[in-house]
Amino acid sequence: MLIFDHSSKGRGATAQFGPPMEPASDLPAEHLRSSPAGLPEVSELQVVRHFTNLSRRNFSIDTQFYPLGSCTMKYNPRGAHRAASQPGFLNRHPLAPEAQSQGFLACLWELQEYLKDVTGMKAVSLTPMAGAQGEFAGVAMIRAYHQRNGDDGRTEILIPDAAHGTNPATAVMCGFKVREVPVTREGDVDINALRAAVGPQTAGLMMTNPSTCGVFERRIQEIAGVVHEAGGLLYYDGANLNAILGQVKPGDMGFDVLHMNLHKTFATPHGGGGPGSGPVGVGQRLIDFLPTPVVGREPGPRFRWLDEQDIPHTIGRLSAFMGNAGILLRAYAYARLLGRDGMYRVGRYATLNANYMARQLEKKGFTLAYPDRRATHEFIITLAKENRELGVSAMDFAKRLLDYGFHAPTTYFPLLIPECLLIEPTETECREEIDRFIEAMGAILEEARTDPDLVRGSPYTMPVKRLDDVKAARDLDLALIDPRPAP
Amino acid sequence: MAEYPDDLRFLASHEWARLEEDGLVTVGISDFAQEELGDVVFVELPELDAELAARSEAGVVESVKAASDIYAPVSGTVVAINEALEDAPETVNDSPYDDGWFFRISPTDPAELDGLLSAEDYRRHCEEESH
Amino acid sequence: MLRTIDATAKRNLTSHMPFVPHTQDDEASMLNAIGVADIETLFDEIPAELRSGRLLGVPAGISEMAMLRLMAERSAADSSGISFIGAGAYEHHIPSVVWDVASRGEFLTAYTPYQAEASQGTLQLIYEYQTMMSRLTGMEVANASVYDGASALAEAMLMGVRANKKSKSRRILCAGNIHPHYLKTCRTIVTNQQIEIDTVDWSEEYGTLSSSLWREREDQDYAALVVSYPNFFGGLDDVGKLTDWAHDQNMLLIAVVNPMALGILRAPAEWGQAGADIVVGEGQPFGIPVASGGPYLGYMCCNKAIVRQMPGRIIGRTLDQDGREGFTLTLQAREQHIRRGKATSNICTNQGLLVTAATIYLSLLGDRGLASVATECHNGMLALIDKCRVRLDIHPRFSGPVFHEVAFELPARAADVLAAMADQDVLGGYDLGEFDARLANCMLTNVTETRTEADLDRFVEALAVALKAVGC
Repeated sequence: MLIFDHSSKGRGATAQFGPPMEPASDLPAEHLRSSPAGLPEVSELQVVRHFTNLSRRNFSIDTQFYPLGSCTMKYNPRGAHRAASQPGFLNRHPLAPEAQSQGFLACLWELQEYLKDVTGMKAVSLTPMAGAQGEFAGVAMIRAYHQRNGDDGRTEILIPDAAHGTNPATAVMCGFKVREVPVTREGDVDINALRAAVGPQTAGLMMTNPSTCGVFERRIQEIAGVVHEAGGLLYYDGANLNAILGQVKPGDMGFDVLHMNLHKTFATPHGGGGPGSGPVGVGQRLIDFLPTPVVGREPGPRFRWLDEQDIPHTIGRLSAFMGNAGILLRAYAYARLLGRDGMYRVGRYATLNANYMARQLEKKGFTLAYPDRRATHEFIITLAKENRELGVSAMDFAKRLLDYGFHAPTTYFPLLIPECLLIEPTETECREEIDRFIEAMGAILEEARTDPDLVRGSPYTMPVKRLDDVKAARDLDLALIDPRPAP
Repeated sequence: MAEYPDDLRFLASHEWARLEEDGLVTVGISDFAQEELGDVVFVELPELDAELAARSEAGVVESVKAASDIYAPVSGTVVAINEALEDAPETVNDSPYDDGWFFRISPTDPAELDGLLSAEDYRRHCEEESH
Repeated sequence: MLRTIDATAKRNLTSHMPFVPHTQDDEASMLNAIGVADIETLFDEIPAELRSGRLLGVPAGISEMAMLRLMAERSAADSSGISFIGAGAYEHHIPSVVWDVASRGEFLTAYTPYQAEASQGTLQLIYEYQTMMSRLTGMEVANASVYDGASALAEAMLMGVRANKKSKSRRILCAGNIHPHYLKTCRTIVTNQQIEIDTVDWSEEYGTLSSSLWREREDQDYAALVVSYPNFFGGLDDVGKLTDWAHDQNMLLIAVVNPMALGILRAPAEWGQAGADIVVGEGQPFGIPVASGGPYLGYMCCNKAIVRQMPGRIIGRTLDQDGREGFTLTLQAREQHIRRGKATSNICTNQGLLVTAATIYLSLLGDRGLASVATECHNGMLALIDKCRVRLDIHPRFSGPVFHEVAFELPARAADVLAAMADQDVLGGYDLGEFDARLANCMLTNVTETRTEADLDRFVEALAVALKAVGC
């Protein structure tokens, strides 16, 4: 039932608002609302019950293991949530004077410092509101850098063909053309193809490392050399930073600019699809281009916002205020809980879990996409054989896993590996949970052999079975129109 | 098995073109393309009277899993569009070479058709692509 | 004996691993299963010279108790009196239910609803949100939200350029009285795509766009006109006329609207003859704390004819294999994970958790509640204007109606007056001198339903003292 189905004329959660009032008499009639919008009229209890019940129709980290590759669905510490929910933080207006903001600014300034250290960058701006906005900021800085140097011919961004879809989308949003670079059978960038692709038109290269193939790019220094020699800059997509936290720094690999996903690596909650937070870090060459505002520190110490006056070549603002402040506070709290040793362990145990899982699944008869490589924090299995021989696809495995109480891994990404599942257990899962997942995968493989229709018809235990996506896209029903059509 | 009618010319990007008796060129997407796309859910057509250059973007065809640009096989003016596709995009799946046509062009230079792929060449191209 | 001490030291180290559950036995058995001697070996593909040392810039870890104490101290340091600052972020009452329910782990820690069968809660909720936002604005559809109001406007500009088939122009005409940070954000985001933004100045008398100003822009081929309702000064432009003029000029009308105002003000779909084409704004007033600027949510609405040009996630209602109603992401073929370089935007995320809060808020308030809150805000603003006039001879800078925010003209620099008010723990508003040097003596002040009669008196007293302090 929709909340609108609970609605009854004249009902309301009347503890929340005053008695009916005369409409504002000073406002000209042409500015007044002509008729009620048609929001639900329900009691407070009905609201609580409806939305509590809706919540129970969701999988979540708090209720299920979520081995979703490239999404880093680790435990979101409640302490960090509580820390950011202090009244002083919640009630602070974004335009409050700096004198009334020193506690908040201190947290942000320290977070900038930590992020500089873990990435090996020279400066950080926390303002991008999501990974994709961080990417945008990073590539916009590359563009601004070349423009500042009068280097207008650099119109092309190179991207490995296994890259996440946001990379090309971002490059285009920043006004660049995209040239794809192939990846070898072993999952590394094809360095000869890269050499052939770079030139005076190259603005930069965007890549993740570990790559979207779940392996570490072994020749990263050589790649950096090729791009830098051609005059381009290197962009690091921080989607997979969890793999190397405390182990390797992108700055040391030769990257000039990067974004981090705090909702992945720094354990802030995903909230059913946001909010995220995507701070950017830069090396020396791009400091003057950082998006505003940035937190600065003066003797005292006194913290203050740095804006266009302080960063004259900034690419500019990305939001009405300063970004997703509440997410930054959660990430800061998480960083304090972990400390340097805790961060060091993140990459190590995330990698241990992934390699263990990859090996155990292989023993169950699954095919690893890169069997001769170390897994990083994630790895890929391909179900091309099962699809061919048993008619059971990666999607079928994914859906059947839901019946076993596990969220599905990432499916059909990266696109170049057929029928693949990208699996990322994260460091916060214990061995027993991982073993249960492996057992479930084994059981589904057995079902696929003995009763493939069972797998193809799954899931059975969710609130709905597989949905008709074609109908959804052809007969667009995006908002309830009154009167409600009969079910 | 996808069909490749002999009387049509093709682009490697999967559009077909047919020279009609009245000198107009009808354009659609191939049987192979509709199979690859799966259920078509939306078609965006060019504006009537639009001037198109050969190989320029002329529209979009969208399925649940992909959205692909449609390119004009030849240069010319759009003189008709298949408005029926707006309400029944599935026609592209059901009848890619007849009822599922996209638009008609009055060609600037009909000889441009000779530069397109023959049915046989296009079939070979598709077979390579699906391997 | 030495070995024993080593083992103890090691155990102590591994016993304090926040959020890493591995026991020593786990670690040993897992390494054994992989067939390596230690975790370090798992990193052997990384060139040795790249392995980093300790993270000396990060302090040692602390317990949750210590961390919470630190954060409580820092947050307390920022708790200061009473605020009348609005300027795009408004402090409304937030019913207890909103965050009690929105903070349930099933909402808070869920991922993007790609696996529809396991995400029906989030998906249905977003469908309900889309319905509420479309009804409130009068538009046919809403997306599942973008980052914030400013980025929503930037996306609306890009969308306007794509959707306006009557114009090949890549120029946008924008009211000069929109939020200055919105304009800056838009410039950052759209200019890399060779889109130009021209602004129209506001009238010195009304703060609105006077007809003589925008008539100067006739026949100049813009893709869209952007207007703000209320405008940045809290005033109400003649949006009906502006909409008709834009359409007459073959421009789309992009409306930036405070959705709280729609509790009593005219829905954008009813502006002029044909209504607005794209409606965006900041959803923060709906149950979301001002919280230093985020996370908030940007809402976006339009009519069905151009929905395929709208960026971001959209949820549709459909049926499952058994004919049961269900909800799923739809129109995904336009998004970056499928269309890559040809996507409508690089956006991957919506502000799911904030949508959850806003939907619960709107369910609690309903039409009557929203009208009541909006009216109380408006009446409170009128009461403050009255008090300032009667007691201090301080008046609004512009004439004309306002919603819940006003530009007061002061006999001194607003920056100095505001600083003197802050000394009394009253944050009196936003210094409009930062917006435009012509307004250096003006402050932008907001009143919501959370401000009592006593609060308004406190404002007036603080302002009186401040004016004396700066020598007026």
